[in-house]
Amino acid sequence: MANIDVTIHKHDVLIVGAGGAGLRAALEASRQVNTAVISQVYPTRSHTVSAQGGIAASLGNVEPDNWLWHMFDTVKGSDYLGDQDAIEFLCRTAPEVVIELEHMGLPFSRIEGGTIFQRRFGGHTKDYGKEAVCRACAAADRTGHTLLHTLFEQCIKNGVAFYNEFFALEILKNEDHVVGVLAWDIVHGGFHIFHSKATMFATGGYTRVYRTTSNAHINTGDGLSLTLRAGLCVEDLEFVQFHPTGIYGAGNLITEGVRGEGGYLLNKNGDRFMKTYAPTVWDLASRDVVSRAMAEEMRHGRGCGEKGDFMLLKLDHLGADLIHERLPGIWDLAHVFAHVDCTKEPIPVTPTAHYSMGGIPTNRFAEVVIGSMDQPEQPVKGFYAAGESACASVHGANRLGCNSLLDIVVFGREGGRKMAAFAASLGEYVPLPDQAGAMGTAEVKNLLATTGKERMDSIWEVLRDTMEKNCGVFRTEETLTAQKQIVEQLCRRFKTVAIDDKSMTYNLDLLETLELGHMLDFSRAIVDGALARQESRGGHYRDDYPKRDDVTWHKHSLAYQEPDGSIRLDYKPVRMKPLTVPTFPPKERVY
Amino acid sequence: MAKSVTFSVFRYDPEQGRKPHYTDYQVDIERPGMMVLDGLNQIRWRQDGTLAYRRSCREGVCGSDGINVNGVNMLSCITHIEDLKDPIVVQPLPSMPVIKDLVVDLTDFYEKFYLVKPYLITKGPPPSDRERLQTPEQRKLLDGLYECILCACCTTSCPSYWADPEYLGPSALLNAWRFIVDSRDDGADERLEIINNRNGAWRCHTILNCVEACPKLLNPTEAIGQIKKTIVQRKF
Ligand SMILES: Cc1cc2nc3c(=O)[nH]c(=O)nc-3n(C[C@H](O)[C@H](O)[C@H](O)COP(=O)(O)OP(=O)(O)OC[C@H]3O[C@@H](n4cnc5c(N)ncnc54)[C@H](O)[C@@H]3O)c2cc1C
Ligand code: SF4
Ligand code: SF4
Ligand code: FES
Repeated sequence: MANIDVTIHKHDVLIVGAGGAGLRAALEASRQVNTAVISQVYPTRSHTVSAQGGIAASLGNVEPDNWLWHMFDTVKGSDYLGDQDAIEFLCRTAPEVVIELEHMGLPFSRIEGGTIFQRRFGGHTKDYGKEAVCRACAAADRTGHTLLHTLFEQCIKNGVAFYNEFFALEILKNEDHVVGVLAWDIVHGGFHIFHSKATMFATGGYTRVYRTTSNAHINTGDGLSLTLRAGLCVEDLEFVQFHPTGIYGAGNLITEGVRGEGGYLLNKNGDRFMKTYAPTVWDLASRDVVSRAMAEEMRHGRGCGEKGDFMLLKLDHLGADLIHERLPGIWDLAHVFAHVDCTKEPIPVTPTAHYSMGGIPTNRFAEVVIGSMDQPEQPVKGFYAAGESACASVHGANRLGCNSLLDIVVFGREGGRKMAAFAASLGEYVPLPDQAGAMGTAEVKNLLATTGKERMDSIWEVLRDTMEKNCGVFRTEETLTAQKQIVEQLCRRFKTVAIDDKSMTYNLDLLETLELGHMLDFSRAIVDGALARQESRGGHYRDDYPKRDDVTWHKHSLAYQEPDGSIRLDYKPVRMKPLTVPTFPPKERVY
Repeated sequence: MAKSVTFSVFRYDPEQGRKPHYTDYQVDIERPGMMVLDGLNQIRWRQDGTLAYRRSCREGVCGSDGINVNGVNMLSCITHIEDLKDPIVVQPLPSMPVIKDLVVDLTDFYEKFYLVKPYLITKGPPPSDRERLQTPEQRKLLDGLYECILCACCTTSCPSYWADPEYLGPSALLNAWRFIVDSRDDGADERLEIINNRNGAWRCHTILNCVEACPKLLNPTEAIGQIKKTIVQRKF
């Protein structure tokens, strides 16, 4: 293999990922220290752009609301696995960060009187579960687009340094201190070392390991496996959210905002089946509850179509005017991907893999932490994480709609502040280790030198099909044991994978193959975590253990990677003590 | 429906001595509703891994995958194969330097965007404890503007931009107008001054290519018309 140049850059703060979390952090840090962002895609192509329905905050613009109700809903939504100090921080800070976004220029929809428009959303209630409340602050159904573009605009104004189309390959550590990242220049080829005082991962979610998914092509969870490969752990990966309303056959999301505006689900008999599963809020129950109800209906032969494998989402009764005004993006998606005019006919939908509750463990300051059942959590020096790639954990076993855009802004900002302060306190850079980046450069050089017939797609296809079948909405000991073997086998096949493209310039073949390596690595943690967890909680539903078991399983899973690629599990307690209010103790979850 | 269609794809790799050329691939129609992006993925995964293109969201909202198909700029991820004439000729966006295959260098496109100060400019501080107020009617003025995904389909279809690479182009101008009409913004003067020169709004000759090219059905020509009107009224 020919020599490939290595270029070295120095920035006080380095952020990997230019979605909402990364940009909010960059904006904050750049006000104080030299800050750079690297991203695999141009910032506005990040997945945050797809978010539709809204961002949760108890502004109370439409009806009275209260951050404590929001906190209760979030704790309950998390099936009591969320950390209550972080959740209090999230919900209390929400109104402030949303107002701040408006001040930055985010074009929220408005109500009479000129305040921000808010709509109902699943799991968000008033007065501790009494009835649904308008808490989702929205810009039509393009909230993510407006949020990402607004943050990017502000970053341009603040002169943040962007390295677009750079792909992170390895976390660089000097002993126990994270000192930067090795990356690949996608456009021109070549290695780049980013030497930093503080490094944040804001690399997004991991649901591309499932066939039916609402997620972008790039959501391959690279940040998780890079963390595992650096000898650190990841948390609660077995908790994957299946959103109830993905477009049948395509997986693209139809926002819960449709049900928030008054749309509802029907089975093949035309029944509103949600009334039996969630007698109080019906279609606006938490996502795990609705997805399971749909799957249950289909199992009992009440699904629609020849194969009985989808449900109908009816919204035409809302009227064409409201749909075009508040749900224009949904009209487009239904038209393009389902050939349906949703002002006239219902949209065929099935559950779709949507959100990664698990991620890189952090505390409420976005500092990456390591702990265990008897060791209190300790920050990893110089390392931060925020957004969907992190696990704070504010979403526990199931995330509420609109809490993720909130999460990325709250913890992005907090992490930005903490990194700037840490970088300023550090004085000198901690030096790079000897042989910095040897692992990542070898990975790329080896792939560029491969010959052989095994291609990434044939492996990936098996992975995403079997993950969906064996580790999806329903799981059992049997399916998970089978899946563990399948993933191990795929990892063996991956060792002989070859790429066609050997060039330095825009080598997508190389990138996708690297990404498959990441997906295989952390899939093992998803499956092992799910197999070990003999209970049902939030997004993790075991047919063979259908009840939540707080005695044995009220704890977070941690996964470490062994040198042979296998996973070692450990656990740590849930942080039950909020900052200023009494704990919400675990209760049965009914909607 | 045909069982397969021909994709005739523009290929260029700067590391190979070869000139740009077209390669034909047969794409199997495996299910109804396949998009051009599904076809490109099929080619790369099963036939030829060396093909390069951009993509991310695969649902028409991120703007990564503007390309030229049968002579028209569009997003590969929301263009149905069955709506196209076979053979399907796939090219990079016109008039931009090609990096490889369907991937073009968008540096100039973004530079133009940055030039128009595409961010809220305010003179006074915001209210301390709540949002700035904006009526639903004021907010409505942003519809048809704020949805821009920066895909470059419009600018790269504009004959004025082809003729004069210094021209700001429809996308940058539409984005400038998005802020100028925002009731919260105080930056109209700064922006109009930038736009009111020979490479700004006056380069537009209302040829309307940009409107046809926009996959989000936005109307840059109309925005440019409004800008011209405003400049004239203000007598810069
Ligand atoms: C269709 C859809 C609708 C949604 N609607 C809502 C909603 O209404 N409300 C809500 O609260 N949430 C919603 N969500 C969830 C929410 O959008 C996401 O959880 C959130 O935007 C994640 O933001 P992020 O900044 O963490 O990551 P992302 O926006 O995914 O950004 C990840 C970044 O990391 C970069 N990256 C990744 N790997 C690498 C690498 N190896 N090297 C370099 N860069 C890398 C990428 O380039 C990208 O810039 C929705 C999600 C989907 C899919
Ligand atoms: S209308 Fe103006 S901006 Fe649009 S294509 Fe024609 S000259 Fe270009
Ligand atoms: S105006 Fe339309 S075509 Fe032009 S960049 Fe924006 S979305 Fe793309
Ligand atoms: S891939 Fe995002 S617009 Fe086509």
